Amino acid sequence: MNTEEEIKKIISSNDVCLFMKGTPDTPQCGFSMAVSNVLKHLDVKFLGVNVLENQNIRDGIKSFSDWPTIPQLYVKGNFVGGCDIVKEMFEKGELKELFKKNSLI
Amino acid sequence: MPIPIEDIKNMIINEIPDASIEIKDLMGDNNHYSAVIKSKVFEGMSKIEQHKLVYKSLKGKMGNELHALSITTKVK
Repeated sequence: MNTEEEIKKIISSNDVCLFMKGTPDTPQCGFSMAVSNVLKHLDVKFLGVNVLENQNIRDGIKSFSDWPTIPQLYVKGNFVGGCDIVKEMFEKGELKELFKKNSLI
Repeated sequence: MPIPIEDIKNMIINEIPDASIEIKDLMGDNNHYSAVIKSKVFEGMSKIEQHKLVYKSLKGKMGNELHALSITTKVK
């Protein structure tokens, strides 16, 4: 399986996926921690994919999403955004709506 | 390598000529910035597309030389 297939498999088999530096319990970067905390706060079940453990995924997810930074949030196979967008959506209540709409919370 | 605020502004203006840009150096280290960018071109674009346009203007520096640039985009 090449990296693109691996990424597709991860995002299609997990409703909420966060590609991040570190893990939800021990984030290694402030931006990853911020998004992870938002998801925890909304009490949504998510998979944290630690890109620091896999260089192929770390590089691959950037080209897959055409997005230069980590973290990256995927919901139901769709790219939602990075830290700034996720925070903004959270503040406006849009993130909660998105999870509700997809029956994830 | 840190990038000065003026350079970031110029790169964004090159791509988005009508942009009003406000950049803060969050830690005074030329490395952690926060930018608010307003432009008419954002009209009708999704947030993802708006941010991608800003990233494009930074020509691959985002995520590399430019570690931390928090972006807020607004329609002018």
